[in-house]
Amino acid sequence: MNDDTLREMACQELVEVITDYLEGTLPEVDLTRFEAHLASCPSCQEYVEQMRALVRLSGKLSTRSLEPATVDSLLSAFRRWRDSQTGL
Amino acid sequence: MTPIAEMSSADGDLIDRLRSGDEAAFVCLVNTYSASLKRLAMAFVSSDAVAEEVVQETWLAVLTGIGRFEGRSSVKTWIFKILTNRAKTRAIRERRTINFSELEDPSEPGHAAVDPARFLAASHPTWPGHWASPLETWSASAEDAVVSRETMRVLQRGLERLPPAQRIVVALRDVHGWPAVEVCEVLGLSEANQRVLLHRGRSRLRGALEVYFAGNA
Repeated sequence: MNDDTLREMACQELVEVITDYLEGTLPEVDLTRFEAHLASCPSCQEYVEQMRALVRLSGKLSTRSLEPATVDSLLSAFRRWRDSQTGL
Repeated sequence: MTPIAEMSSADGDLIDRLRSGDEAAFVCLVNTYSASLKRLAMAFVSSDAVAEEVVQETWLAVLTGIGRFEGRSSVKTWIFKILTNRAKTRAIRERRTINFSELEDPSEPGHAAVDPARFLAASHPTWPGHWASPLETWSASAEDAVVSRETMRVLQRGLERLPPAQRIVVALRDVHGWPAVEVCEVLGLSEANQRVLLHRGRSRLRGALEVYFAGNA
């Protein structure tokens, strides 16, 4: 045990390392402090859940793809390209 | 250390099909990647229309370059690097001042994930740095089943308002579901910088949702 393992993680620190936690890159010592704090802090539990909810919701955002006209012209370009390849 | 990556069998198969003129393979590729290509292009250029052109140019470059593709990176990374180079060239032509340095140096100050006023002072005798008042709970309201269209609009608006570098990283990671390693490779970011940008972007978006849910409480 050293000082770091004994020092409790404050909520203000937790919100700054939460991405490292979710990414699985939090150093061992901090991971222990993070989980110890989380176990006893309902607000930080909620904070972690909010971040997880945010990531889930972001995955549901619609994405804008190409205009149909662009896809059509790409297909024409592909066919021209393919025809120019024959005989190679 | 720069090993020449073995081309994955799926990539190898795809390349073979493209080279042999398989239109379905091309369509599949275009459908799979165009949305995220366009998202990435939008970070560099001024308008949706120009982004669309850059994506189109990218696909044409893929066709002309496919014969020379050696599989030193994945097909996906190769395509996105073509896009990035073209979008940057276009941005320079448009004289748009893009904060590329933000991609490289995310260490500017003043980026607390949560307003420091929400926490007790560091000098507090019992609870230094702890929440000054309990966090309002809304994560359950953000469950997929009950999420409203308005919530999604708030999130979309929040994403659009992020600084460009944060927006690209959050969009590729969370909207398009890319793994960190691919985001780093395509954007030329270190893993640490990628994480900082992701952290700042997500933290701001969480804040935007918090404000929204507080207003609806």
